[in-house]
Amino acid sequence: MGCSCQHEQTLLDDKKELLEDVISAYKGKAGSLVAVLQDVQGICGYLPQPVMRWLGKELGIKPAKIYGVATFYTQFRLTPVGKYLIMLCQGTACHVNGAERIETAVSRELKISSGETTDDGVFTLDTVACLGCCSLAPVMMINGRAYGPLTPDGAVKIVKDIYKKETQSGGEVQ
Amino acid sequence: MKLRIGFGSCGIAAGALDIKKSVEEEILRRGLDLDAEITGCVGMCHNEPLLDVLDDSGNVYTYGKVTTDAVKLIFDRQIEGNQPVEEYLVATAERPNDFLSGQVRLALRNCGVINPEKIDDYMDQGGYKALHQAVAEMSAQEIIAQIKESGLRGRGGAGFPTWFKWQAALQNRSDVKYVVCNADEGDPGAFMDRSLLEGDPHSVLEGMAIAGRAIGAAIGIIYVRAEYPLAIKRLEIAIEQARERKLLGKGILDSKFNFDILIKKGAGAFVCGEETALIASLEGERGMPRLKPPFPAQSGYWGRPTNINNVETYANVPWIISQGAGEFNSMGTDKSPGTKVFALAGKIKRGGLVEVPMGIPLRQVIFKLGDGIKNDRRFKAVQMGGPSGGCIPEQLLDTPVDYDSITRTGAIMGSGGMVVMDETTCMVDVARFFLDFTRKESCGKCVQCRIGTKRMLEILERICRGEGREGDIELLQSMAVKVKEGSLCGLGQSAPNPVLTTIRYFRDEYEAHIRDKKCPARQCKALISYHIDPELCRGCGRCARKCPVGCISGEKKKPHAIDPERCIKCGTCLEVCPPKYHAVFVE
Ligand SMILES: Cc1cc2nc3c(=O)[nH]c(=O)nc-3n(C[C@H](O)[C@H](O)[C@H](O)COP(=O)(O)O)c2cc1C
Ligand code: FES
Repeated sequence: MGCSCQHEQTLLDDKKELLEDVISAYKGKAGSLVAVLQDVQGICGYLPQPVMRWLGKELGIKPAKIYGVATFYTQFRLTPVGKYLIMLCQGTACHVNGAERIETAVSRELKISSGETTDDGVFTLDTVACLGCCSLAPVMMINGRAYGPLTPDGAVKIVKDIYKKETQSGGEVQ
Repeated sequence: MKLRIGFGSCGIAAGALDIKKSVEEEILRRGLDLDAEITGCVGMCHNEPLLDVLDDSGNVYTYGKVTTDAVKLIFDRQIEGNQPVEEYLVATAERPNDFLSGQVRLALRNCGVINPEKIDDYMDQGGYKALHQAVAEMSAQEIIAQIKESGLRGRGGAGFPTWFKWQAALQNRSDVKYVVCNADEGDPGAFMDRSLLEGDPHSVLEGMAIAGRAIGAAIGIIYVRAEYPLAIKRLEIAIEQARERKLLGKGILDSKFNFDILIKKGAGAFVCGEETALIASLEGERGMPRLKPPFPAQSGYWGRPTNINNVETYANVPWIISQGAGEFNSMGTDKSPGTKVFALAGKIKRGGLVEVPMGIPLRQVIFKLGDGIKNDRRFKAVQMGGPSGGCIPEQLLDTPVDYDSITRTGAIMGSGGMVVMDETTCMVDVARFFLDFTRKESCGKCVQCRIGTKRMLEILERICRGEGREGDIELLQSMAVKVKEGSLCGLGQSAPNPVLTTIRYFRDEYEAHIRDKKCPARQCKALISYHIDPELCRGCGRCARKCPVGCISGEKKKPHAIDPERCIKCGTCLEVCPPKYHAVFVE
């Protein structure tokens, strides 16, 4: 991870003001660590190590504890996410309705497996336990919007359409 | 005349945003003076997107699977010509469909009826009257007595009597107490709480405020999954509106009663649905359960008496207070009064949310309301209670749905998820699936839970790979007992249930995997292979074109063949082979 340190340090500097707002909103309020991390992830997209260390100093919490909480909850990410976060549901209803085939198809299309991000930073693929749209199984959610019921072809088409829009709109891809 | 568009997460996923847009365009284009409101999910998820037309005499015409073209038709024919559009009509007052008419909607009374973002809609249905009563006319003891008489049991899974917890929290003296709503809904395959929060958030707020009045708490906290952004948004709107009307905050309804509600977002951990873990998570810690007692009613959030109930439990409370405990316990069974909301999903024709009186047979829920199995396949089992529950087989379909009868089958009522499985579902794979889930979600505190679930999972994986051994079933059974006995919280104590019930009812499937190295449902990839029958294949080439790994070859109009070495067993060829040829088969 050494290579990303520089970038992560810059991230901390760039977003300092926003992050300081979070600190002042929660400082002194006991038990807000989960909420702080949620807000910080909202700002940075994930939880970079330098940011966690800085948070520890600001809040007077040991970095080990912050790391412990951050790794306990599946919502927190320690690596950057792509512009589009694809969450493939692996819940019971989706499982019995063929979620695995959706995963295989999308994985093949993007050439990444669950937990990874495409090289161009457009897509991150992730699996979740249930999106609460079980009657539309199998389901996936992309940046907060649910899609279902899916077929392998249908899922690939949705991803391709997003990619097309993304590359046509002037390539805001980082 | 008025229009109503189903705007729950499921409706939106099915395209309700486009429908709303085209409805608004039609109104504008035709210069009509019409209201188009949004509403929560009525439960007919299989028919989303839904559009209701309410005529001037109050009749409701419900249209399902609505497209933008259908919207035009509905405007042309029904709105401007008073002729219903039969092609899309799913229910009317004269022709109610089985799905809705078989239900008794208490907790879901307003879902799909009111606009959840407007407090006036809720109040027009009698909302907040119960809070008024509780604040102005009833003592804490009287409220608890009503809840006791109603017989309401917790809807979050365990079915614990609600009044008992309230009584304990009331009796434990403290200047600060808390009311917590458990909206973590971690059971995969369940979405009752999401729909309720999206469709009728005020009923939950009102229920919490009444609980606050009963136990003497001034602060309520809703712990809601971060995966439910729409539910969170609607709750925020509802809380803001309730504060403006003095239904929350200081001096509620000009009395001395203060009660306000905050939202805390979960961060994705199934175990945080367990109440002591939930409290740890609220306190910003890792969500690890602790030993009880002390119970939350004695020492909960920050060590103060805390009452925790499920979303649906709270939603029932205002109904009980305003309609009376007797009305409530006249429904359902003696030991499980009232109604229960179920989320029907899996291999079912009409998936969605249903609310029925307790005690009706499972068969009625699945075959009458749910209309049976998709593609008219054969029913195999229904999974209830999620990772803590079990699979109920066909021979027990006449079991009444109430806490005690379901527990006797080895499953549990749970929070209300019902995932239906058919002959193509492998029961060993289902057991493996759930154990994989509980193993990942175990917080790691108890050794038996942390390592026991992992070892059990390894055995199940081995069986699914065709490497099962004689004695594996007995080994699983004995490990199950140890995991149950050696775990501190409900997660570990119930993690073996899916394994035990599948062994109990589908032992033959385990044996087929272990002895014959066969998967009767043809799901376990290591035990099946795909073939093309040369007699039946006409060489249309569809399978070859669709095969993701390109392992099917053959000349045009000549029988094709699958290369077993490269085949990934995805099943695409079977799916795309035209039914008139039916040439692909699985062994
Ligand atoms: C592992 C585990 C997960 C749980 N998840 C939930 C949940 O998601 N929602 C819920 O309401 N109760 C859940 N419960 C049950 C709660 O611990 C608690 O019994 C319930 O919230 C009490 O509310 P009730 O009496 O209204 O049912 C869970 C329990 C365990 C052991
Ligand atoms: S199981 Fe996939 S959305 Fe619930």
